[in-house]
Amino acid sequence: MTTAVEKVNRRDAKLALAHLFVAFTALALGGFAGLLQTLVRSGKFELPAGISYYTILTTHGVLLGLVLTTFFIIGFQFAAVSRTTGTLSDGSRRTGWVGFWLMTIGTAMSAFFILTGKASVLYTFYAPLQAHAGFYIGLALVVVGSWVSGFAMFTHYARWRKAHRGQVSPLLAFMSVTNMVLWLVCTLGVAATVVFQLIPWSLGLTDRVNVLLSRTLFWYFGHPLVYFWLLPAYMVWYAVIPKVIGGKMFSDSLARLAFILFLLFSIPVGFHHQLLEPGISPFWKYVQVVLTFMVIIPSLMTAFAMFATFESYGRSQGATGLFGWLRKLPWSDARFFAPFVGMLFFIPAGTGGIINASHQLNQVVHNTIWVTGHFHLTVATTVVLTFFGASYWLIPHLTGRVMTKAMNRLAIIQTIVWAVGMTFMSGSMHFAGLLGAPRRSAFSTYGNSPQALEWIPYQIAQAVGGTILFIGIILILVIVINLAFFAPKGETEFPIAEAAAPYERAALALENWKLWIGLVVALILIAYTVPIIDIIQNAPPGSKGYKLW
Amino acid sequence: MAKPTTAVRQTKKDEEPALKGTLASVFLLGFFIIFAWVSVYFLFLHRL
Amino acid sequence: MHIHKYEKIWLAFGIGCLIVFLTVVGVSAFAAGQQPPSCLTTIDPEKVDSTPPFDHPGLVKKGDNEYELNIVVAAFSFTPNTIEIPKGAKVTINVTSKDVIHGFEIPGTNVNMMVEPGYVNSLTTTFDKPGEYTILCNEYCGAGHHMMTARIKVVE
Repeated sequence: MTTAVEKVNRRDAKLALAHLFVAFTALALGGFAGLLQTLVRSGKFELPAGISYYTILTTHGVLLGLVLTTFFIIGFQFAAVSRTTGTLSDGSRRTGWVGFWLMTIGTAMSAFFILTGKASVLYTFYAPLQAHAGFYIGLALVVVGSWVSGFAMFTHYARWRKAHRGQVSPLLAFMSVTNMVLWLVCTLGVAATVVFQLIPWSLGLTDRVNVLLSRTLFWYFGHPLVYFWLLPAYMVWYAVIPKVIGGKMFSDSLARLAFILFLLFSIPVGFHHQLLEPGISPFWKYVQVVLTFMVIIPSLMTAFAMFATFESYGRSQGATGLFGWLRKLPWSDARFFAPFVGMLFFIPAGTGGIINASHQLNQVVHNTIWVTGHFHLTVATTVVLTFFGASYWLIPHLTGRVMTKAMNRLAIIQTIVWAVGMTFMSGSMHFAGLLGAPRRSAFSTYGNSPQALEWIPYQIAQAVGGTILFIGIILILVIVINLAFFAPKGETEFPIAEAAAPYERAALALENWKLWIGLVVALILIAYTVPIIDIIQNAPPGSKGYKLW
Repeated sequence: MAKPTTAVRQTKKDEEPALKGTLASVFLLGFFIIFAWVSVYFLFLHRL
Repeated sequence: MHIHKYEKIWLAFGIGCLIVFLTVVGVSAFAAGQQPPSCLTTIDPEKVDSTPPFDHPGLVKKGDNEYELNIVVAAFSFTPNTIEIPKGAKVTINVTSKDVIHGFEIPGTNVNMMVEPGYVNSLTTTFDKPGEYTILCNEYCGAGHHMMTARIKVVE
């Protein structure tokens, strides 16, 4: 180990920063859209100038669910790969830039059609609602761009392995590659429906579309998508946080095993988003429910590993008693505090997920605002707070600056603001959802229905939470802009933890990609072959496109 | 899984690090999951 | 791979819980028949108005205390949109869409299903409590999505 700060190469840093720049721009715009939604839904406010609630909702979902996440993740992973396996080759870096521009052009294109009201189809774009072809083409470019960047990471990783035969690859590189393999395999589904079904249909080349097939291909992608968001947060938790607090990683091999389990089980599970649909037999739904429960296991492992990391560190500092170690943690360090709060929120978030996926229990919550509350805990709190926490060292590391004490204090406040805002918003969403309030709906009393009137206090609480969260967005933008352009020059560490125990032989076996990818394919074939054949063979007449907004 | 051999692992005090607090924490988490799941399950049954 | 003793205990407990959850929902689904709505019947979405039973939507008595409620869903309405059901009736609700994807939900009950063009979806429920129930669309279907609603009156 060298004591000098190991730096991401300046040119690689530029590539990573370009991604982060787009990500935080998306956060600013998408966050504002979110504020407007909560205000409309309270029933106390109407959008001016005839702007549609659903245009704003589409903007919010696409910018935050797809753009913020994908750009941040790819930027972060480029930095992580460069930091742990060495400067990218000129070829890999150029490929990375090609990916970046494809994604950026695609984003701009989709955003144009959304904002001009030609694609108010929400970020799930379920056919037969038919958006302008440009919206789908833009999305396809984003996906293709992400593949190009993925290949840049794969070739870089392959080169490292060739030069270091018989060695275990650095944890962050291994995890980044796992996440990109997951992404590549799952985006094949959404690419298939967009390129082969929706683009020809929206261009008028085909008249009709198989609605259920399109939805099934979307959800083949839609669930691993959320793991694509979550895994980079887990990377920070496993590989960075132990170093930030001054401790060691609990177990390198178990972290790798968890990632392989995510790779295997996060894809063949899309039916748990389609539990209440016609055209899919309950047997196959249940098969995928069982597979969904398998993907809970690596999160149970992660929970243990995190507590163990914290406890081991606390005890090494002389903590005693059952929970004395909690007091030894660096609560005033935002690089720790923000991801830690994210971890805490993952407890209700993950629990909600188990409930959602529980076969017929889904009838209680499906398409209610409970679900919106659920993913605002998972992605919009756990993942996003971890990304914020990572930004506090990643951005100054990449820009050659240091975070000041004042900014650190602001970041602590930001985290608290986020936690409070989300407790109000997501908490009331969960309760209103149990009472039946639907998601993705503008304010309505459904003809003064007694049930709908019960939801209004919760909807007002959501607006209060949404407003607090918007303050949180302003704070994070202030911090990020400071770190990128105004913070004092200096060197910031890209923290990477050491494992508590030496590498185990098992870690090497976990890099047997042929085996894992073979298993992934096998599981997908088991879960999907029969139902997809059913969907195609027993298909009803297809649907024409509708523009109902 | 086989017990690890003591020769390979060398920690200062004993073979296994002290993780009582961790065990307690994950079990609290587990009880929360059970409580929430059972609550919604009963809501489902109540509405049958 | 070395796993701490406590982690083994935790994983055994956690996985055990998952197995219990799966068994509970599995048994109640496959043995007690509480499956999520998964009807496999298809229909031509452009000929809904001439396809039985949706050519005469509404409540149909099928037996002693057993009814069928056939509802046509289209942007942005349910047909029929006011329905009276006798208290305690066992009702099989059949729905289909004439255009895009909709949702069919009665808040406060387990009645919740996707309505997709080309498919009939179906669910059986009993209305034990008298009073007014709201039907609403819980899947985004266009500009009037949040205005889509209907009423059920459960009468003694």
